[in-house]
Amino acid sequence: MKKSKLWSLGLFLLLALSVMLAACSSDEGTEEPTETNEETNEGATTDDTKESVPQTLVFGRGGDSVSLDPAIVTDGESFKVTENIFETLLNFGEQDTTINPGLAKTWEVSEDGLTYTFHLQEGVKFHDGTDFNADAVVKNVERWKGGAEEQFYYFHSMFKAEGEDIIAKVEAVDDLTVVFTLSRPQAPFLKNIAMSPFGIASPTAFESAGEAFGDNPVGTGPFVFGEWKRNDSITVKKNENYWQEGLPKLDTIIFRAIPDNSARLNALMTGEIDLADGINPSDATTVESNSDLQLIERPSMNVGYLGLTNTRAPFDNKLVRQAVNYAIDKQSIIDAFFQGRAEVAVNPMPSSIGGYNDGITGYEYDPEKAKALLAEAGYDGTEIELWAMPVPRPYMPDGQKVAEAIQKNLSDVGIPSKIVTYEWATYLEKAKNGEADAFLLGWTGDNGDADNFIYTLLDKDNIGSNNYAYYSNDQVHELLIAAQSEIDEEKRVELYKQAQEIIHDDAPWVPLAHSIPLLAGKKSVTGYLPHPTGSESLINVSME
Amino acid sequence: MLRYIGKRILHLIPVLLGMTFIVFLIIRAIPGDPAQVILGQQANEEAIKALREKLGLDNPWYIQYFDYLKGLLTGDLGESLRTRQPITTEVWPYLAATIELAVFAMIIAIIIGMNAGIISAWFQNSWFDYIAMVIALIGVSMPIFWLGLMEQWTFSLELKWLPTSGREEVRDPVHAITHFYLIDTLINGRIDQFWVTIKHLILPGVALATIPMAIIARMTRSSMLEVLRSDYIRTARAKGQRMGKVIYKHALKNALIPIITIIGLQTGLLLGGAILTETIFSWPGIGRYIYEAIGYRDYTVIQSGILIVAFMFVMINLLVDVLYSAIDSRIKYN
Repeated sequence: MKKSKLWSLGLFLLLALSVMLAACSSDEGTEEPTETNEETNEGATTDDTKESVPQTLVFGRGGDSVSLDPAIVTDGESFKVTENIFETLLNFGEQDTTINPGLAKTWEVSEDGLTYTFHLQEGVKFHDGTDFNADAVVKNVERWKGGAEEQFYYFHSMFKAEGEDIIAKVEAVDDLTVVFTLSRPQAPFLKNIAMSPFGIASPTAFESAGEAFGDNPVGTGPFVFGEWKRNDSITVKKNENYWQEGLPKLDTIIFRAIPDNSARLNALMTGEIDLADGINPSDATTVESNSDLQLIERPSMNVGYLGLTNTRAPFDNKLVRQAVNYAIDKQSIIDAFFQGRAEVAVNPMPSSIGGYNDGITGYEYDPEKAKALLAEAGYDGTEIELWAMPVPRPYMPDGQKVAEAIQKNLSDVGIPSKIVTYEWATYLEKAKNGEADAFLLGWTGDNGDADNFIYTLLDKDNIGSNNYAYYSNDQVHELLIAAQSEIDEEKRVELYKQAQEIIHDDAPWVPLAHSIPLLAGKKSVTGYLPHPTGSESLINVSME
Repeated sequence: MLRYIGKRILHLIPVLLGMTFIVFLIIRAIPGDPAQVILGQQANEEAIKALREKLGLDNPWYIQYFDYLKGLLTGDLGESLRTRQPITTEVWPYLAATIELAVFAMIIAIIIGMNAGIISAWFQNSWFDYIAMVIALIGVSMPIFWLGLMEQWTFSLELKWLPTSGREEVRDPVHAITHFYLIDTLINGRIDQFWVTIKHLILPGVALATIPMAIIARMTRSSMLEVLRSDYIRTARAKGQRMGKVIYKHALKNALIPIITIIGLQTGLLLGGAILTETIFSWPGIGRYIYEAIGYRDYTVIQSGILIVAFMFVMINLLVDVLYSAIDSRIKYN
């Protein structure tokens, strides 16, 4: 009895071992055949093209989506997928934030900037067969308006001010005409409505699904939701009844979450994925020297900065803040840690944004001037906490290393500092509460409007939210509020330029860099144009 | 035997109760109003009130605790704050992924670790012994992160034998039924996918197995050494019995108790989810599920995740205890 037990144990071990060995050895032989097998299998489904290249794209990215209901999420990984399932009334340009027709063919704005009339595309249907029409748009807006703030975060931050709805009314005039009436003019209204969170969803679907809508998203977009294996992959399939002739070109897109940047690049090099988001600047040369791969640059629309909490000593003194601006050698930081793939930041927003003040010259690297300013401010040499981001972000590839460089720059002018870091959510929470002295952070623009940078990041209204530096200046506030409702583009630009001058002088941050986020893809991926907002529709992408 | 198992299970009850109580406290131990913390600063009064009601925070704590226990007994782990899905259904795929990987890794660790330990003990102070024990030492001290990337580089990029990451070839996905892909592929009659699944298991499995393998090898060696010195083994050898027979028939059984203890502990650890391995190999397991919940302040998931992991740990220990008495009938419960 006992003997037989041992025997069966031994047999089992042997079996397990041989299974492993078999798996290893069978590899070498079958590698090639399985690949071709796959191709012929997939090729059969793409009968409209003569080539046998399977039109399946595997997109590797850093994390999974939170939900596929664009109205309720705030994370980029969710929008990357929903951009392909849903469409907005207006679209951004392929690689910029100009306004283009989307589900709305044409639109008119009234003289006073309070009434927007949208004429919708005809013959569009949601994936569930529901007609897309003016009524559907009204139901979507009413859904956003009716929800609580923590449910529809983006709608509230874009279209509500002090509890008041900026979209006062939305009406279906006829089947294909919708009129939005605003309670006050909002200059970036069209840009706002083009943002991913305002994708139009099927009213039939969200009414019946309720909170589960995010698991079964139904839009009008080029791809239909397929399957979601959480923390692993999301599959979307071609919308066979898509309203634009001949599009999309791909049959299937699979979004795969591969959290580690190096592992993601490895997966690209072995061909497990076709496109990889979030390539480290230091890996750029590896990609460029590989003849099977292409390096892809996402147009920059971000800012990485060192925030100086304006309410905490010693940064409650403007002179100290200016001194820190002189003390930091931005160009060296960019050369070393962004591999030169970034622009030195001068203002809180990149130069591609309308309203950028190019008359301002940044604080040059001048440790002597910094020391003089510190002496003038009467800074006593107390140690500060320098917070380093624990995670890589497109605007800051390596927070730890950048912090170390800054620490050296600061000690050169006589500011001792201690590098501190927390787990990411804690980091944001604590910084939001104003607990940091100086902290690294950044922002990627949502819609390419100056308001989305300067007001969002530096207005006193946003203290406790995105104004992590606790910067508060009434003059800036007045300018920014005026700019929000100024419809005359030239006057608006002037207001932003003035605001930037004051901000430059107040120096609430050290603007560091506008980085160029990198992606890499197989050479066979064609037509992929990354969008500066970080999420784009893959409607024109194909495999060759 | 049955009596023994019954008693062990009975003794689990206070352990499990204590465990649930600690986990229950986690969410209540957040300073301030948990509802406020969960919803964030900008949340309005109404939302906070609604959440307080939903979490039952207005009741006295003992009622809250009993409600919580009642929920647990009916299989209700609450709802994820982030995804708004019931955790009971959401957690299973993650758990299955972790169990599949952990079991696979433990099989590797046990086969290689135990045999290396046995041979080392038998040929004590031989070159095999030295090399095996040095490798074991390196194995214990190996940073998983580095090992994982090196494995990917060697076996995926250079040799092109194995895939770098994930559980499946996403272009040909496994139709999940039980979420154990080795079982699902067989149910679906897809032998080809079964092999693909095995291939995906090897690299993370080996990375995860490294530390337990090394520990098991060292433990087996020292435990075997002790047994091999005893009189009855000397007698057996003097009789001229073959090495295999001496080891597997006489020695191993008596050396097994400490080895099983270690195997149990290590398995428990692996089932808790190995965040590093899961991250490098993008394995959608329970470790990353809990880790990400922490990032999103998803308290209900953190709570339930910890509970599940702790529960598995306790169950493995129960199993180990039962195995003790199966191996050595002198061990009785008293």
